[in-house]
Amino acid sequence: MVADNGRPTSSLPSWAIEVQGLTKSFGHQLALTGTDLTVRPGEAIVIFGPNGAGKTTLIKVLATIMKPSAGSVKIDGLNLKDNAEEIRCRLGVVSHQTFLYSNLTAYENLEFYSRMYNVPTRTQRIREVVDMVGMISRLYDRVGTLSRGMQQRLSIARSLIHKPSIMLLDEPETGLDQQATAMLWEALKSEGKEKRTILLTTHNLERGLEVGERLLILAQGKITYDKPKQGLDLSELKEAYQHYTRVKA
Amino acid sequence: MNFWSKVLTIAWKDALSEIRTREIIFSVLVFTLLVIVIFNFAFSANQQMIELVAPGILWVTFAFAGVLSLNRSFIMEKEQACLDGLMMCPVSREVIYVGKMLASLLFMLVIEAIALPGFAFLFNLAVLSPQLIAITVSTTIGFVAVGTLFSALAVNTKAREMVLPILFFPITVPIIISAVQASKLALAGEPWTKLSPWLQIIGTFDIIFLAVSFLVFAFIIEE
Repeated sequence: MVADNGRPTSSLPSWAIEVQGLTKSFGHQLALTGTDLTVRPGEAIVIFGPNGAGKTTLIKVLATIMKPSAGSVKIDGLNLKDNAEEIRCRLGVVSHQTFLYSNLTAYENLEFYSRMYNVPTRTQRIREVVDMVGMISRLYDRVGTLSRGMQQRLSIARSLIHKPSIMLLDEPETGLDQQATAMLWEALKSEGKEKRTILLTTHNLERGLEVGERLLILAQGKITYDKPKQGLDLSELKEAYQHYTRVKA
Repeated sequence: MNFWSKVLTIAWKDALSEIRTREIIFSVLVFTLLVIVIFNFAFSANQQMIELVAPGILWVTFAFAGVLSLNRSFIMEKEQACLDGLMMCPVSREVIYVGKMLASLLFMLVIEAIALPGFAFLFNLAVLSPQLIAITVSTTIGFVAVGTLFSALAVNTKAREMVLPILFFPITVPIIISAVQASKLALAGEPWTKLSPWLQIIGTFDIIFLAVSFLVFAFIIEE
């Protein structure tokens, strides 16, 4: 059996993301302190945490931008240390920064990334993802001339260009209005029959509760709270957030 | 094959961005021509003196121009964290290094191709000889090999404009001295055999620093 993306599906790993004892330090400063985390394929998890909790560092390590100081990370059963390039093919990353070149047009940016990801039928795929985020009319405009919200939509199109199975989202709603946010969640969740694995980091408890199936709190570089969404309401979540982070939600 | 297609994609992206903004080539070219004009006024009295100092002027100018140009190479990647976007692509770090280096090499060669005739005209010297072109191309390869590596290192520091020259100039001293000496012989009309020891030093520098930069780039960019 072969999946949409051409990879065999007969031996699917039990975890899409498996992190054990992950530590990341910058000099003497510890950003992650022995973090453990597992995410099932197709699961949507939300990690909450105050500024400096280590959310962006966690995303950067999972995205293979940063090397961990200690611990192990597996994506789709592949060890990050030995299979970084293969892992990058499976990841889509959206952050509050767009990773787009402002001097190039939307099309040129997407063409650049699709070439880098070896996307077949590039022109067709670029039109598909741009259509998904409602930006087709601005395809040939320079990114620098687009509003912040439009740039963010384009960034989401960029992250989907290679049909990733795992989405890493670091405050992805920056600059988006409510309508665009709703539309984009639909685009991010699935494409075709395949349900994507989603790891979202955010400060926004309401939004996280809405989109996540499992809710976690990262405080001082460690996962301190991990509960399924079922039966959890916003007030309980706020209480837990305050308790574990010592920050008023 | 895949390696080179990705390298060319990165170089194409940089070239396209440069065509749009003319940020590097235009500003560095203006700087280069201004420096040449200033030196021309400073040494205008005596042709004999000009012949003596011209190689030094040429390579000091190109070295400064190189630093300015290379500084821009990774600053562009910092905007909207494009460097992170590049690092998330399924390519080895070496692809990024060679792609960025190739684009910088192209920009530097364009600047030099325009500046050299200007230099020849102002100083009344026959600089457009095959020898001098060979020296210029081989020395520029060494410049960008080292400069791309240090530019990647400097871009994450606060005083990046200062860090690159501080790292770049001490390392490139051997190649600058060799280029000046080889250019002196080329301008005097000496044959290739006289130039070959200096060209060998330049070639060795290029090979060593291309290899070292290729090997250590991943460590520099990830930490």
